[in-house]
Amino acid sequence: MTGNTSTQRMPSYLEYQGKYTGIRAWILSTDHKRIALLYLYSQLFFFLAGLVMGLFMKLELIAPGRQIMGPATYNALFTVHGLTMIFLFIIPGLAASFGNFMIPIMIGAKDVAFPKLNLFSWYLFVFGAVIVLLGIFTGDGPPDTGWTFYAPYSLKTNTNVVLTVFGAFVLGFSSILTGLNFIVTIHRMRAPGMGFFRMPLFIWSLYGTAWIQLLATPVVGITFLMVVADRVLHIGFFDPAQGGDPVLYQHLFWIYSHPAVYIMILPAMGAITEIITTFSHRTVFGYKAIAMSSLAIAFVGYLVWGHHMFTSGMSETARLVFSFLTFLVAIPSAIKVFNWTATMYKGSISLEPPFWWAMAFIFIFMIGGLTGLVLGSVSTDVHVHDTMFVVAHFHYIVFGGAGIAFFAALHYWYPKMFGKMYNKKVANRALLLLFIGFNVLYMPMFFLGFMGMPRRYYDYLPQFANLNLLSTIGSWILATALIIIIVNLLRAKKGTPEEMDDPWGGRTLEWKIQSPPSLENFEEIPVIDHEPYELIEK
Amino acid sequence: MEQNHVAHTDHFDPVASKLGMWLFIFTEILLFGGLFIVYSVYRFKHPVEFHLAAEELNVTIGLINTIILLISSMTVAMSITALQLGNKKLTMILLAVTLVLALVFLVNKYFEWGAKIHHDIYPGSEFLMSLSKGDMLFFGLYFFMTGLHAIHIIVGMVLLAVVFVKVRNGSVNQGRVSLLENGGLYWHLVDLIWIFLFPLFYLIH
Repeated sequence: MTGNTSTQRMPSYLEYQGKYTGIRAWILSTDHKRIALLYLYSQLFFFLAGLVMGLFMKLELIAPGRQIMGPATYNALFTVHGLTMIFLFIIPGLAASFGNFMIPIMIGAKDVAFPKLNLFSWYLFVFGAVIVLLGIFTGDGPPDTGWTFYAPYSLKTNTNVVLTVFGAFVLGFSSILTGLNFIVTIHRMRAPGMGFFRMPLFIWSLYGTAWIQLLATPVVGITFLMVVADRVLHIGFFDPAQGGDPVLYQHLFWIYSHPAVYIMILPAMGAITEIITTFSHRTVFGYKAIAMSSLAIAFVGYLVWGHHMFTSGMSETARLVFSFLTFLVAIPSAIKVFNWTATMYKGSISLEPPFWWAMAFIFIFMIGGLTGLVLGSVSTDVHVHDTMFVVAHFHYIVFGGAGIAFFAALHYWYPKMFGKMYNKKVANRALLLLFIGFNVLYMPMFFLGFMGMPRRYYDYLPQFANLNLLSTIGSWILATALIIIIVNLLRAKKGTPEEMDDPWGGRTLEWKIQSPPSLENFEEIPVIDHEPYELIEK
Repeated sequence: MEQNHVAHTDHFDPVASKLGMWLFIFTEILLFGGLFIVYSVYRFKHPVEFHLAAEELNVTIGLINTIILLISSMTVAMSITALQLGNKKLTMILLAVTLVLALVFLVNKYFEWGAKIHHDIYPGSEFLMSLSKGDMLFFGLYFFMTGLHAIHIIVGMVLLAVVFVKVRNGSVNQGRVSLLENGGLYWHLVDLIWIFLFPLFYLIH
């Protein structure tokens, strides 16, 4: 391949001097790498904010009875925790930060198809976040509906639902435009020779994600607008007093919000695929199967929303069909996991921190996936619906899956993005601590849910006390580990160019260029004449 | 590849911009798709009330507005052809005609809504609240969907006005028509949605 073979190093995108200086060089930059970092920092900020709220909730649940807050505060807290974590951290997720950074580089392009639209999407993201925050801190208090805004309560509560819902609508618009940009980029900007089946699998997963963002988000957008109209204009779309149907709201909400889970998890799976392949030092096993499974998950994911509503009032037939379709999603997910293990088989595995993160992902994701089958089957779901079991399952998938993959990707691409390497020993130990903390925090919730502890209450019966105490202790371990991880990343040290350009022996395009990349990524657009993950002599 | 050796800020790919516009149109269709689902569900639940309420709407104004939008779709399509043939003046005239037609549509809409509100039929009004649930839902949907459509008309007008200015100062020209084409695509979408709204609200009796 004719990549960046010249030895001359260009100024990196971090040092590059454009026509603006200071903060304006960042917030006015249309460089996909700088926008990616803007997303990364904003997302991490909101993640930490959501984390603090989660810690307070766990503190309230440390023992039965009222500890530090009453029921109204607790309701507001779990709502805002959910809103922050979902809409401001994990839905933009790996796509907005790592996708933005890596798509052009991995397909051999200089930028995304619409750089200005890319920056505009980030503005919309910030604008939406500000509206959501205004909704939390102004009016008659933060919303207390849960992040799902179920009608008719969301129409009746006196809290500030209108602003928050409108903020979520704006955030959705940002997500749509990002997805649109990525689809066009992947279709139009691939380097010569980079056919669809030569793209890295992270790109395939982002491609599937982008279609979900594009085709599912408008539905929730209009639903949120209808909630606003119901509250402001009293139209009554979802208000039974005016003939509206609250269950219809649930349908419309989950038509988006179930696929949204795949918006979170698909890029995560893509990043894990990259990591496992790189550290196994061989070509990926089942390239086409993994690529197609991303699209299959994206497609089948549209058709399963009803499994959130098994107890909401649906016909027996509808419940069986939704249950069956839900089980179907397990197939492409399992295809991925089996191909990952097959990739490791007879590989020459180097046990670097990102690889351990990927292992943690697989372990936790497996528990999350298998407990998902309990929820997907109608008869067992009726038993555990709206209990802590659901909370545990959800956090195993979204935090243990997508969230851990986010940090895995951060450890994997950190040298590429910043030209710095963190302390690997500390990284490994912190991960171990996080893994322990995570399971101590969420594993007891499975048992609590099975014993019948409902979710969304600030108080519980005395027989649930021991497991809740254990779970709260887990939350402290988890938080400690996260602090160590972040400090360790911040204290990363600059390495020599030779060490940083390709520290892991990766085989995708981003490892063929300098770290951190130059403004243009490639001084000369590469011509791709080899299969994906094929070993190329440099 | 054409983009080799071109600074990425100068990158211009008409196929990409058209693809982007089509994808955006998909999202718009899904946005209204959610409303069409809600409409179908409530019409299925309250067929008689929807039938009777629809008779309150003014078919004549609706029909005139339909014809206006169809003509405006034609003029915008003609303006694209005119620019492709290099006739800048005709392009600008046709775009101006489109904008005027859009304005007439909105004026009609204003009088139509005004008459309803004058008769105390608007979301949350005392009179409407005293009617049946089917009536409330029908008029709620009517105001919400035609209102959202009117917002799209305004957005489309702003877009076409920007294109008009750019055609005049020459940055949209015979060699670079894609912005005008995209504006036209958006305008056809706005027209298309109305083509569905008109029979669903005005012609169901």
